[in-house]
Amino acid sequence: MSGKLNLMGKTLFDKIWECHIVKEIEEGPSVLYIDRHYIHEVTSPQAFRSLEEKNIPVFRPHQVWATADHNIPTQDQHLPIKDTLSAQQVQLLTENCRKHNIKLMGIGHPFNGIVHVIGPELGITQPGMTIVCGDSHTSTHGAFGCLAFGIGTSEVEMVLATQCLLQHRPKIMRIQIDGQLQPGVLSKDIILYLIARLSTNGATGYFIEFAGDTIRNLSMEARMTICNMSIEMGARGGLIAPDETTFTYLRNREFLSDEEWEKQLPIWKTLYSDPAASFDKEIRINAADISPMITYGTNPGMGVGIGDKIPLLKDVEASAQKDYRHALAYMGLNEGQAMNGLHIDYVFIGSCTNARIEDLRIVADFIKGKKKSEHVTAWIVPGSKQVAEQAEQEGIGTILRDAGFQLRQPGCSACLAMNEDKIPEGKYCVSTSNRNFEGRQGINARTILASPLTAAAAAITGHICDARMLL
Amino acid sequence: MTSKKLTNIISTAVPLPAENIDTDQIIPARFLKATHREGFGNHLFYDWRYNNKGALNPDCILNQPAWSGRILIAGKNFGCGSSREHAAWAIKDYGFDVIICSFFADIFRNNALNNFLLPLQVSEEVVQQLLQTVTAYPSLILEIDMAQTLLSVRELNLHLPFPMNSYKKSCFLNGHDDLAYLLSIKEEIKNFERNRPVYK
Ligand code: SF4
Repeated sequence: MSGKLNLMGKTLFDKIWECHIVKEIEEGPSVLYIDRHYIHEVTSPQAFRSLEEKNIPVFRPHQVWATADHNIPTQDQHLPIKDTLSAQQVQLLTENCRKHNIKLMGIGHPFNGIVHVIGPELGITQPGMTIVCGDSHTSTHGAFGCLAFGIGTSEVEMVLATQCLLQHRPKIMRIQIDGQLQPGVLSKDIILYLIARLSTNGATGYFIEFAGDTIRNLSMEARMTICNMSIEMGARGGLIAPDETTFTYLRNREFLSDEEWEKQLPIWKTLYSDPAASFDKEIRINAADISPMITYGTNPGMGVGIGDKIPLLKDVEASAQKDYRHALAYMGLNEGQAMNGLHIDYVFIGSCTNARIEDLRIVADFIKGKKKSEHVTAWIVPGSKQVAEQAEQEGIGTILRDAGFQLRQPGCSACLAMNEDKIPEGKYCVSTSNRNFEGRQGINARTILASPLTAAAAAITGHICDARMLL
Repeated sequence: MTSKKLTNIISTAVPLPAENIDTDQIIPARFLKATHREGFGNHLFYDWRYNNKGALNPDCILNQPAWSGRILIAGKNFGCGSSREHAAWAIKDYGFDVIICSFFADIFRNNALNNFLLPLQVSEEVVQQLLQTVTAYPSLILEIDMAQTLLSVRELNLHLPFPMNSYKKSCFLNGHDDLAYLLSIKEEIKNFERNRPVYK
């Protein structure tokens, strides 16, 4: 499948895609060249093992960057990891990186953090690149105007061995969002709104370009949140054309020198969809229609506005009713119930969706001078070491601790609960992460996805509430 | 992974009608700590197959001896969520070679293909028909002819071609994987690196 003939103009996606095609296989996929490959401890060990068995070297080690994030503890990181299997995975990553000459920002390293937080923060992620990682939320990097997507371990092995992947060109969808957001509505609300509207498979087979003045007015952090969760609609990835906000963000980053920045700038400026480019599907959204969102079910598409009620069973598509009932039973909620006022037990502010410095600032601004509700356990897990440090410098750490929040060390933590940060059975957790699947945060844990602002408000009042009333 | 070719499959099937079965259900994250590819089948659908005390859950269809086989039939959007290939390994390791569904999540489909686990896509109508029939008649035999990319169920008089590009088909028939192909064009890749095109 090749790009469709288009005399009128090219999409941003196609500009990048075409420049990375090594060759096309007849009646088959294309060979796509990969610029950056991020790896972590959980989805890489089998790839390295398999390469070693076949005696295949790593082809371009300097295009591979590694971090330990998925299973690491978020307390006492200076001590040996207690869980033996996690310790083994981290150890294996360290050995593999040493053997193959791959740069590792492991536990304790000043640049350590969640893979999708550190890539951009260190300037490794740059506009126009193809970027992959054995983690579905690799789409995050699309916020810089990249083709970034998650891959499986066999594909990790292919990229390690050849720096290439076999890919079919996806269809392209443009979601255009214009207008002013209501106060208290964050980019997390935009994406939760879109997923609720399009459903969890509404964009399967597509790559999404987000455009419009609402998107233009967002910070890089906020754009990353949107691209991060674009895959929860089934999309292969999401991307946003780079602009002045992007270029400014990339100044003074650790692995992007000033000379390189200046050299690349004119090229980056060509990265946009031509005005006459056509898309396989287009959706327009009015930003003013979006209110703070909250999920009630067990997939990210089961969300409503904070003041709305859980839909009635009769309003759900017949074929989905059984799963719907099951989801509500799992969550201990009823059809027609208001989410507002629901008593909650945990608040988790973290993950590659919402654990950047801007997210921590939003939370700190909001809770300054307030105290968390007594019955709530509130964890804040910064996305990276650098975020954690900056938070301390800005006094955010003190504000959080004074309010009774536990400020942890960076890692994926309760986003997928591979380490000890698990939500107990039956408990409600308002979480800024990206997935509310059954058991995702612990066996029978009940996850409610929301923005950092809504999560912070829930921590203060002890129940789901509209943060705007406390602003 | 040793590549295993897949040609013809004649087998009974297991119906799993739920939609949006995500990879966290297929294999929960707490089982992802192994560093091998083998053995994940033991943890397939763990929280469905076992209750929280570790005892078999008799309600789960995978624990009911009436249904077995190399084919899994599932509700739409199978394999959504995390990119973990462990999901495909677990399904294959458990003994399935084919999943029939009207709609696969993208990354999961690739992971399945890379492990010679066939993601066989048919219309939602056909999936529903198969789910109902197999639920009522567990001994129903399904036949898959890879060379013809054809799914047949004689009792239902069903002979249905399914989509698969010729490159992947030949991979399945010959047991070749993408890695072998990519390694074979390494010179072309190096050449590409030397003459990187610019954006137009
Ligand atoms: S924070 Fe969650 S979604 Fe993000 S990389 Fe870690 S596990 Fe994946």
